[in-house]
Amino acid sequence: MHTRLIHRFLQCLLVALCLMATDLRAADDLRSMVNALGGGSFQQNQKQIEALAKTGDPKIVPALEALAEGDLYLRKADGIVFIVRPAGANFRLIDALTGDDLGEEAKAGLEKVKVNNGLRRTIRGALGGLTLMSPDVNVRLQAAGTILRTPTADALDGLEIALAAETDGAVKAVLEKARAAAILVSDRPVEEKKAAVATVVQTGGRDSLSLLSGALASADESLRPDIEAGIRQIEDQLSLWAGAQNIWYGLSLGSVLLLAAIGLAITFGVMGIINMAHGEMVMLGAYTTFVVQAYIRAAWPGLFEWSLAIALPLAFLVTGAVGLVMERGIIRFLYGRPLETLLATWGVSLILQQAVRSIFGPTNQEVANPSWMSGAFELGGLTVTWNRMWIIVFSLAVFAFLLFLLKKTPMGLQMRAVTQNRRMASSMGIRTPWVDALTFALGSGIAGIAGVALSQIDNVSPNLGQGYIIDSFMVVVFGGVGNLWGTLVGAFTLGILNKVLEPYAGAVLGKILVLVLIILFIQKRPRGLFALKGRAVEA
Amino acid sequence: MITSFLAKALGRNIVITVAILLALAALVPALNLLTAPDHPLHVPTYIVSLFGKYLTYALLALALDLVWGFCGILSLGHAAFFALGGYAMGMYLMRQIGARGSYGNPLLPDFMVFLNWKELPWFWQGFDMFWFAALMAVLVPGLLAFVFGWFAFRSRVNGVYLSIITQAMTFALLLAFFRNDMGFGGNNGLTDFKDILGFNIQSNGTRSALFAASAIALALSLVVTSGIVRSKYGKILVGVRDAESRTRFLGYRVEHMKLFAFVVSAMMAGVAGALYVPQVGIINPGEFEPANSIEVVIWTAVGGRGTLIGPIVGAILVNGGKSVFTAAFPEFWLFALGGLFVLVTLFLPRGIVGTARQFFERRKEYRKAKAVEEARAFAAAEPQAAE
Repeated sequence: MHTRLIHRFLQCLLVALCLMATDLRAADDLRSMVNALGGGSFQQNQKQIEALAKTGDPKIVPALEALAEGDLYLRKADGIVFIVRPAGANFRLIDALTGDDLGEEAKAGLEKVKVNNGLRRTIRGALGGLTLMSPDVNVRLQAAGTILRTPTADALDGLEIALAAETDGAVKAVLEKARAAAILVSDRPVEEKKAAVATVVQTGGRDSLSLLSGALASADESLRPDIEAGIRQIEDQLSLWAGAQNIWYGLSLGSVLLLAAIGLAITFGVMGIINMAHGEMVMLGAYTTFVVQAYIRAAWPGLFEWSLAIALPLAFLVTGAVGLVMERGIIRFLYGRPLETLLATWGVSLILQQAVRSIFGPTNQEVANPSWMSGAFELGGLTVTWNRMWIIVFSLAVFAFLLFLLKKTPMGLQMRAVTQNRRMASSMGIRTPWVDALTFALGSGIAGIAGVALSQIDNVSPNLGQGYIIDSFMVVVFGGVGNLWGTLVGAFTLGILNKVLEPYAGAVLGKILVLVLIILFIQKRPRGLFALKGRAVEA
Repeated sequence: MITSFLAKALGRNIVITVAILLALAALVPALNLLTAPDHPLHVPTYIVSLFGKYLTYALLALALDLVWGFCGILSLGHAAFFALGGYAMGMYLMRQIGARGSYGNPLLPDFMVFLNWKELPWFWQGFDMFWFAALMAVLVPGLLAFVFGWFAFRSRVNGVYLSIITQAMTFALLLAFFRNDMGFGGNNGLTDFKDILGFNIQSNGTRSALFAASAIALALSLVVTSGIVRSKYGKILVGVRDAESRTRFLGYRVEHMKLFAFVVSAMMAGVAGALYVPQVGIINPGEFEPANSIEVVIWTAVGGRGTLIGPIVGAILVNGGKSVFTAAFPEFWLFALGGLFVLVTLFLPRGIVGTARQFFERRKEYRKAKAVEEARAFAAAEPQAAE
């Protein structure tokens, strides 16, 4: 019994001693291995680097990095290898393992350790494996990501060691993917590769696609069907996301069109007025934002995040007032003559454009995004920018507000009455001239609000409005006059149609196609999607 | 005898205007070419070209007046027909350059060599012949107007809806011609012309001849439109303008009436464009700008729509004003033009010529009434005197 115990104890002691010895030998070994790099040929060094990598010791990282950069030198006198930094005529020597400064040495006494691209590749693989063992989670995650993007067979050993030691879930997931990618380019057996293909397909994305198509060229016959199926699956996924992205762009364009057209829908729908200066109202709204921001920057920089919220009511008031003056000063004399109204409002638009150009200059003005409007976030395979996102929300909010105004308030009731039968409304005691003036001011004010939103995604210049006028007319005509829902459907239909056509036909041709489609559509339904029915049609 | 016949068929004012135009066509080139530069009656070449350009604008305005003033179709896309005619002529002038372009290619225009095209696209074939280009300058706008009008008038798109889709049409063409792949020189358009029918396009003689051609084309168009307007068909056209449904219920095919006027008008605009391009030396997609079409409307409105002389007067006055204004106060031209739009629609809906005519007619009526009254007063006074 005793003898067995003593035996066991001695055994343990022996093992411990052995372990200590190997540890001591390891530090010694490391130095001699690094020094060995100095005299070796390229082939020998290749083996040496692989051996170094096997130790898994992060201490050798600076030496390997220096070798790849060509900063590793051999002291001819004693055959010790140093990392050097240029210091005037001399070199400053740095210990390859500890990083200690060891003073200066004349250039003549040192010889560069030669490196070629094959060695560099080996070093990269080795370094990838080594940084995978770093104690810092972020460094590990980054290293795993690098291997995932550019997988090599050399990295595989390091990956598997790291995978076994990894405790962090997120890093582990990336490592798994990276391992699968590395297996694909290695000479592992087919069974293992099949599993790897499945993992890569699960990862998805463009990198996986190019990885698989690269592997396909050199793949085994039995593996081919798996890879091909994987490629198809990823391609389907990608085109699905691309389609979703296009629809998202379409929604975004649709919201812009909705904002630009909704004020027009009111003036055109309720009063039958073609307001060619509508685009300039949008432009005035954008310039109001610019002025507000400039003022806030100068006076209360702390309020900058709120600049858009401050600009909104101001833009509404400014453009609404301009609209009111236009209606009282010009348009009311031209009721019943829509073509003349068109010409007069066009004249007003020229004057407004030139006025803004004279005051602010012809160049683009800088309107900044508050922080909550800038940046983007990922949603699956979609990239969604915050400003587009908020503009969609905002356009729907404006739409809901107008719908509420028209359907649930006394003013809206009067407006609808005037739209449906002006003379009858007048006989019932509604002051139609007032309703006209307020409606026009409201439509113009909404255009100004649209300008605040558009200043966030478009160039603020005197020509801002010109770009929107034809599109917004198209929306109103397409959707049908006198119906807000028509404008909503029209705006989003045209927006999505435009963006879905774009990848196939190109941006310009897509737009032309949409215009031609609208022209043809108007032939079929001259009064738009949601036409007013009844006597108003003939008025 | 002949003059009285013409006056009856065309109207006295038209005959006078045509005579003035023909006289100008002969006189201005003569004064430019035959007099010495320091002679007090000498007309400098730049003035000849400038007024030649105005005459083509006047022709465009006249074309618009035929559909807007007499048929009630406010086209906001007439500059498209003008530009198409211009492009047809520009293609002929391009092919005339031949091997003198910067790349020295005898067949391909410079921009095609630049785009690395190997052969001439099919739609450029035949444009080395003047007669073909001239024919296309009329046919292409006519065809576009026919197709567009056929669809639009058949489904009774009218009023502001028609205005908006004509604007969409010219906007679509603007975008299309901006594309390099279209084969019309993209953004830069067609320019650097050398000669027309073998004559140097820069020389005084050619410029004078182009002026004369513009004046004669305008005079001819005036005769044609006057013939149309004063015919029985013209009366129906005015009926369509004033009461479309009523005219239809009387049994006329309104869409055919409109289509004919629209196509003739587009062809006239094409001719104007074809004459415009050699005089300014360039055609680019900017001519399709919807704003240009709307400007044509204001020329017609200023002169007086529904009169044939009006658009000519309006085009020359507004463009003359533009030349003077943009040279003297470039900042204020858009204010002036915008103000013109507003003031004319508010205070001068009949335009200059229309208002003047109204004034003369009122005065005539007033005189007639006065004469009648005087006669009556005289007749009333007579018996008293007899007593």
